[in-house]
Amino acid sequence: MTDIKRSNWQDSPATTKRIRRRYRAEKRFKAYGLTAILLALTMLGVLLVSIIDRGYPAFTSTKINIEIYFDEKLLDPQGSRKISNIQNSNYGAVLRKSLFATFPNVETKSDKKLLIKLLSRNAKYELRDKVLNNLDIIGSTQRVWLTAGTDVDLLHKGQNSQDIPESQRRLNNLQLSWINTLYAKESIKGVFNKDFFTNSDSREPEIAGIGGALVGSLFTLLITLLLAFPIGVATAIHLEEFAPKNRFTDFIEVNINNLAAVPSIVFGLLGLAIFIQVFHLPRSAPIVGGLTLMFMTLPVIIIATRSALAAVPPSIREAAYGVGASRVQVVSHHVLPLAIPGIMTGTIVGMARALGETAPLLMIGMVAFIVDMPGGPFDASTALPVQVFLWADSPERGFVEKTSAAIIVLLGFLIMMNALAIYLRNKFEVRW
Amino acid sequence: MTNLKKMIDDSSEITLETGDEKVGNSPIPELVRMRAKNVNVFYESKQALFNVNLDIASHKVTALIGPSGCGKSTFLRCLNRMNDTIDTCKVEGDITLDDRDIYSRNVDVVELRARVGMVFQKPNPFPKSIYDNVAYGPRIHGLSANRQELDKIVDESLRRAGLLDEVSDRLGSPGTSLSGGQQQRLCIARAIAISPEVILMDEPCSALDPIATAKVEELIDELKEHYTIVIVTHNMQQAARVSQYTAFFHLGELVEFGHTEKIFTNPTKERTQDYITGRFG
Repeated sequence: MTDIKRSNWQDSPATTKRIRRRYRAEKRFKAYGLTAILLALTMLGVLLVSIIDRGYPAFTSTKINIEIYFDEKLLDPQGSRKISNIQNSNYGAVLRKSLFATFPNVETKSDKKLLIKLLSRNAKYELRDKVLNNLDIIGSTQRVWLTAGTDVDLLHKGQNSQDIPESQRRLNNLQLSWINTLYAKESIKGVFNKDFFTNSDSREPEIAGIGGALVGSLFTLLITLLLAFPIGVATAIHLEEFAPKNRFTDFIEVNINNLAAVPSIVFGLLGLAIFIQVFHLPRSAPIVGGLTLMFMTLPVIIIATRSALAAVPPSIREAAYGVGASRVQVVSHHVLPLAIPGIMTGTIVGMARALGETAPLLMIGMVAFIVDMPGGPFDASTALPVQVFLWADSPERGFVEKTSAAIIVLLGFLIMMNALAIYLRNKFEVRW
Repeated sequence: MTNLKKMIDDSSEITLETGDEKVGNSPIPELVRMRAKNVNVFYESKQALFNVNLDIASHKVTALIGPSGCGKSTFLRCLNRMNDTIDTCKVEGDITLDDRDIYSRNVDVVELRARVGMVFQKPNPFPKSIYDNVAYGPRIHGLSANRQELDKIVDESLRRAGLLDEVSDRLGSPGTSLSGGQQQRLCIARAIAISPEVILMDEPCSALDPIATAKVEELIDELKEHYTIVIVTHNMQQAARVSQYTAFFHLGELVEFGHTEKIFTNPTKERTQDYITGRFG
């Protein structure tokens, strides 16, 4: 032992150099990581800022204040005050008469047309709703805030400048002069656009909303959750806890993992072929959307549940077996409760993916233009991401901000779901 | 139980009274609680145990010693069919509990494990309260009709495990909040709550400090009055301290079995001699 000579290599200058080189390498390594994170954060920031910047005006809508004379002769010539008579009256005529009375200088037919365009095509229905709400206003004169047309809306939000030459403007000089008159009377204002959340799709950007798409997404996700969660968790429990390890279960396992990697549009084709062409379920309906998204979500839930079950330490299983618990008791009393946080996290992440999925829904016809609010999972409807897709395709300028606003709402839901997943994981995670 | 105790007190009569041939052939004078005959164990194609024949004496502590990987834990886990949970493990031969083959078809493995309890190497309380840890076994086996009876079982088990005084004021706090030694005694309380006949202990002190170890050893000594105990240990001093019988395993074979005193002072086999004097292992 004693004849081994100490080489003193620790004190050599080469060692000092090596140490310095190691420090430099560590510093470089840290810098790479920091750069990557900063880059990612910048891109995320640019994305969010651009979407929010473009989308936030959609959360307000522009209203124009007009003095309306609710002419009894037009609305209820018989004086019956019966809703059945009144609801089909000519509200357009009432609106036009009052509007022309406000601008008495407008005389030619084409000018009158231009004047009417300042208001939304929906304005007459707003009048109707007002009358049906309160029949007493028939015969009286009221100041009413009516939704402005999309061009006025954009102008008010500063997206149509008054300075560009008339030929390139959506509103001509005459219309601008009327608008300025209204501004002078403080008869134009922006209000919170609650219609955006309650209305369905529309051809008029100023009244189009995401309500129908939200409800459609809700029904779709509900179907997906109700099917994918029990089936997925049961599959995972069986595979992880009960199934013997043999070629057959290996085959199933490989296929589940493959399923998770299948492009979502393929699931759409599958849904189209099975649910619509074989089972003749209604087209464009959340029931088919939910079933199709279930295929997509199942592997995610199965894989998450399996890893949550596998993460329960074997010592807990042994302890339970040791006091004479049966297999089912071990799973239901000990393993499953400990795996619940992981299962919930996996499920929520899977549902968030399903919420943002567009391609399979296009294949089963949920991409249709649907104005009615869906009343159930068998009614035709769209979903939130498909609504974004539809609006992004629209040529009208007014849909640009709607598209971004719908994206904001979609992102909001996704962030909420992911936050819930993280919260549940932290809250119920058992440490030992 | 009282009958049995009387029989054990008067152990000389037992071989005559039972009149059982097997007992007569046994190297131990006491009543045989468990008996292994020609036990072979395989993990896939690898054989872990070779022809093990071993009798476990009732109300005594039998220690299984041997170097790592010699098959002593594997043998222990055959005694309550814990190896069933490992798919690749195959057990051949006969193991009997009170002359009943525990691997026969009509034996319910759950019922068997209620008779042959187990304490593991690492304390593994459930992530539940101390009370629920102990009450779990009695609950699933329906040993109590009402809450009072269950309370009594829990109290008695904790008292026998020497833990009651330390935890009686916090039965509701999680079992995982106890110290390592307390956790291991909680696991012992959990095992005895379903009043098993045999308790298997797989290196119960290897994760404990010396003071906690001393407490558990003391406890084992007290417990043998009520239960038959089989303990696997790496620590030869521990085997000498707590056991009455010792079995020495090496490379999957049972090399020597006999009274602890004899094994440690005058072993017949050379391998045993080498191991206990520290020449290998």
